[in-house]
Amino acid sequence: MSDFISAKKLDELLDSARSLLPVGVFNELRERLTRLQLTEDEARRIIDLAIKEYLGSLIEPGEAVGTVTAQSVGEPGTQMTLRTFHYAGVRELNVTLGLPRLIELVDARKMPETPIMVIHLDEDHRYDRVKALKVARSIETTKLENIISKIDIDLATSTIIIDLDPEMLEDKGLTREDVIKALSKVKALSGRVSTDDADVNRIYVEIPVNYDFIKIQKLRDRLLKLKLKGIKGINRVIVQRRGDEYVLITDGTNLEAVLRVEGVDPRRVFTNSIYEVENVLGIEAARQALINEIRNVLEEQGLDVDVRHVMLIADMMTMTGVVRQIGRHGIAGEKASVLARASFEVTVKYLFDAAARGEVDELRGVAENVIIGQIAPIGTNLVRLIMNPTIAKRSE
Amino acid sequence: MSEEKIIKAIKFGILSPELIRKMSVTAVVTPDVYDEDGLPVEGGVMDPRLGVIEPGQKCSTCGNTIASCPGHFGHLELVRPVIHVGFVRYIYDVLRATCRRCGRLKLPEDELNKYLDLLKRLEGRWPLLARGLTDYVKRKAMKVVECPHCGSRQFKIKLEKPTTFIEEGPEGPRRLWPTDVRSRLERVPNTDLRLLGHDPELSRPEWAVLTVLPIPAISVRPSILLETGVRSEDDLTHKLVDIIRTNERLRESINAGAPEVIIEDLWDLLQYHITTYFDNEAPGVPPAKHRSGRALRTLAQRLKGKEGRFRGNLSGKRVDFSARTVISPDPNLSINEVGVPEEIAKILTVPERVTPWNIDVIRRYVLNGPYKHPGANYVIDPTGRRIDLRYIRDLKAIAESLKPGYVVERHLVDGDIVLFNRQPSLHRMSIMAHVVRVLPGKTFRLHLAVCPPYNADFDGDEMNLHVPQSEEARAEARVLLLVQEHILSPRYGGPIIGGIQDYISGAYLLSSKTTLLSKEQVSDLIASSGYRGSIPEPAVLSPKVLWSGKQIISLLLPQDFNFRGKANISAGPLKCDDEECLWDSYVVIKRGKLLLGVLDKKTLGAQQPENILHWIAKEYGNSFCREFMDGIFKLSLRYIEMRGFTMMLTDVLLPNTAIKEINELLDNAKKKVFELIEMYRRGELEPVPGRTLEESLEIKIMEVLADVRDEAGEIAAKYLDPFNNVFIMARTGARGNILNITQMAAILGQQSVRGERIRRGYDHRTLPHFKPGDIGPEARGFVRSSFVSGLSPIEMFFHAAGGREGLVDTAVRTSQSGYMQRRLINALQDLRVNYDLTVRTPDNEVVQLIYGEDGVDPARSSYGKAVNVDRIIERVVGWRL
Repeated sequence: MSDFISAKKLDELLDSARSLLPVGVFNELRERLTRLQLTEDEARRIIDLAIKEYLGSLIEPGEAVGTVTAQSVGEPGTQMTLRTFHYAGVRELNVTLGLPRLIELVDARKMPETPIMVIHLDEDHRYDRVKALKVARSIETTKLENIISKIDIDLATSTIIIDLDPEMLEDKGLTREDVIKALSKVKALSGRVSTDDADVNRIYVEIPVNYDFIKIQKLRDRLLKLKLKGIKGINRVIVQRRGDEYVLITDGTNLEAVLRVEGVDPRRVFTNSIYEVENVLGIEAARQALINEIRNVLEEQGLDVDVRHVMLIADMMTMTGVVRQIGRHGIAGEKASVLARASFEVTVKYLFDAAARGEVDELRGVAENVIIGQIAPIGTNLVRLIMNPTIAKRSE
Repeated sequence: MSEEKIIKAIKFGILSPELIRKMSVTAVVTPDVYDEDGLPVEGGVMDPRLGVIEPGQKCSTCGNTIASCPGHFGHLELVRPVIHVGFVRYIYDVLRATCRRCGRLKLPEDELNKYLDLLKRLEGRWPLLARGLTDYVKRKAMKVVECPHCGSRQFKIKLEKPTTFIEEGPEGPRRLWPTDVRSRLERVPNTDLRLLGHDPELSRPEWAVLTVLPIPAISVRPSILLETGVRSEDDLTHKLVDIIRTNERLRESINAGAPEVIIEDLWDLLQYHITTYFDNEAPGVPPAKHRSGRALRTLAQRLKGKEGRFRGNLSGKRVDFSARTVISPDPNLSINEVGVPEEIAKILTVPERVTPWNIDVIRRYVLNGPYKHPGANYVIDPTGRRIDLRYIRDLKAIAESLKPGYVVERHLVDGDIVLFNRQPSLHRMSIMAHVVRVLPGKTFRLHLAVCPPYNADFDGDEMNLHVPQSEEARAEARVLLLVQEHILSPRYGGPIIGGIQDYISGAYLLSSKTTLLSKEQVSDLIASSGYRGSIPEPAVLSPKVLWSGKQIISLLLPQDFNFRGKANISAGPLKCDDEECLWDSYVVIKRGKLLLGVLDKKTLGAQQPENILHWIAKEYGNSFCREFMDGIFKLSLRYIEMRGFTMMLTDVLLPNTAIKEINELLDNAKKKVFELIEMYRRGELEPVPGRTLEESLEIKIMEVLADVRDEAGEIAAKYLDPFNNVFIMARTGARGNILNITQMAAILGQQSVRGERIRRGYDHRTLPHFKPGDIGPEARGFVRSSFVSGLSPIEMFFHAAGGREGLVDTAVRTSQSGYMQRRLINALQDLRVNYDLTVRTPDNEVVQLIYGEDGVDPARSSYGKAVNVDRIIERVVGWRL
């Protein structure tokens, strides 16, 4: 046991393995081995075993990886919960999780049921709660209804009387002038907004003459929903401390607009809407977002599924350059084979279409070959024996 | 044997009138089906030339019997053409994209050439893009109002669902009769059709306007003879009779020179019958009804849906050589085996070719005949003649006549390979190959360790068994499908087959420090495990020679196996992170000797990655792992039998002091809840941000009540013997958890529906036993009792409400996840890894340049990692670290 291997000799041994192992594995191996005291024989065996294990773990050509993936993701689906849960940490927001969320992801829906963003802030804003709140306020949509204490219609004078809530104004970082400006921008009301000299918090809006009562009611409702500040689609922002920084969590999502907001760290803005990621950041980002989201769902439910399966689903959904749904309006509907499409859904329509176009089914996929009773070219039937009978005859 | 043919491709298209006439064996001319004698009328829809109906009859067209006659088409000449519903869209598009006078595609010549050139380059290579191009051309041509070829003006054509076309000309709207439509479509040249995305060879648009209707063979629409002797015709036959009758009436009216209106009405009626003949659920058409009022099941309906031709008969087929019965456990089998009842073994057969080497054995099978177990049911001689041994009196003569070249369909015997399946088949481990063991009894028997992959239990589950019939199938079953090849799951790269329940309790008890065994016991255990070798030196020599359980377990481990890791019991006060462990909860195996720690779920359990089974399967091979599992599981069961293991009421019965303590706790909690309610009523309750006051109150009450159950559980755990049977099961992970024990011994706690306390029922109260507005714990489903103490009727009701939600949830979930899985499978099933490790679709489109970014098979990985360096180091030098 005394003659341990020297560092130099170990390096030599490792170098011989370098080309045979993936970089990550190799680095891990080197790091571990240099910290141990080993004999030459042991080091040699460890390296050999690592190579053997790597080569032995490679996938077999012909493997029906798609089917395995679909099963590996589908099977645990039966064990998932149906309910939406409170998001860990943020009691205020509900997030869709479990099976409904997974279905939503593979469906490539435009908008998640519960859109949410996680926004990290830049160096200047991330450590200070006050600064973080300021950014939060600039993101959160503030509507007139959020900052008033009362709104009345006075038919006698034909005005709408708005009473502002100074506390809420303060909280949202708005002033009376901001409100007046916003009101004046409404087309029907330009020049009809006035203030009360006696009460700083009161605003009068003169109703245009030709309005009947129903129209006035509608105007009032419209004014209540008037956006004063913030980003469209983001209803609420919650500031949360994570580690040593403050992070914004939003109800609603608008990636494009949030990226432009001052104080936000654009490299660390997340949304759970794959559609937005695709439009703003591109298809590769959408693929990664899909992988992250699917993994999160599975992990949160405590289900073990290998990443490779998740990656295959994401790759299949994004391979054409746009996010495609798993189903009739996406991958399944774009298959080349008529029989494969017909055996999935809307059988008759696909058959009539195929007949009208004069399509030809080359019978290369699995479903088609099952239908006609032949063995699909996958797995052990990937092997083709090519023989030229004339050559065979000549050699006789 | 007949020549084997391979189908290379299937062309889809529309039958042309010429083709329909060519494939027809007879024209159908009369609506009469049978004459007075009940014989089918020639020229009717049941014309004998269309195929055989009765068994034993010979087909008057092809001369085959019912088994081999495929049936033959007839045809019906329609008096007036009729639009085919399925192709209305096609007709409509072509009508709008082409000129009403010259029939050309309404785009200038140079543009047409340009697009045609582009299309030729896209076709084949980029089918989706080609499709996009044709759609674009079509849309562009439709917008043109003046034909660039002949200069004539174009009018808007409207489609009135389902099959009526109306042209809005300058003189007002005019109906385009199928004859008009057809003559326009005939004018469209082939090249222009190609640009619209149609292959004119296979589908000319005018063929979509029917002039001849093919009459399908009788075998497609067999009539059934009812017990009363009345013939009952198929829905399609009924529909065909309607069509022919209307066609005849139309012919007569025309010949008689009836007024235009009457002819047009009949024409529309013919159109209706033909439309519903193709699709009885076409939008805008009232479905054709049977006399009883049931809608007819016509052509489209036969193909559609789960039980339709495609999903019901083509994608999934019924098979022979299969069996199904109830399953029951048998720990004495190997995990590779399945116990088959003798009764079933005598029905399922394996074809075996007679050779000089097996002729003696096979003769014995034939001699035993079909009713004695290792027998045979059929003998097939080299000419292909099949001899049914049930009707042979002189079996001896048959046995004597056997020669190499004969094939004998013998009974299933020990050692045969079969496929075993349990629905729902959610993953590939739902169908695995087992080795047959013919056993008495009427159930399939299987080893308990294969329950997790099948998700099977024995509360009445049934499973299916299939016998592969070809040599190739058997070889694949043995090499790829055998149970041992599926120990490691491709889902997460870890064992899915492993110890459950008593195997874990047994292994724990056997391996715990206090287990010391006498020589007799050791012999008994070793014999059960199948270990062949010497008994090691005893661990205790005096006053009596005794062996430790760990020594016995070590006998089964490979000589050079090293392992270290936490046991399942390593939690709470028994937690250990390294070898310095007082509780024996850290497992250390060096050079095949179990030195420290107990074996439990973490080390031997199913679905536990990176445990002993995982490393043994990976490092010593599946075959060895199977032997190891067979051995160690038999060992632990033998030991648990020896020691005895049960669960009793006293295991969960608390002493009075504990009950008192729990009651105090509950009283306090109740007080706290009422304080909260009081605060809420006074308006002093601090709301949770983003929630209403009511919601905040609920959240706070639920928190208090959840805490009290946990605390009660802790008290229960404190007073119960930590080494009683129930606790052993929970701690080792064999079955149950601390919450289950709490609910049995101490308190059930809050019942919930939809994550809230139970609130529905009557106005302002859940049950009439409470005052309206009572929102205290008991009134909202808090169950104070335990399973040991029993529930009050009210508590029982709330408990049932919570339980019902669980049932509903499961039912909804299975259908949702089932559909999701079907879609996933459909989207991904064609993907495969190629020899260059790329993942491609059948059209050779690359999905991944290397599978999973590293080319590693998840099933062969170590819990996702290609190489587990730590494990390799452990393997090589773990024994001295």
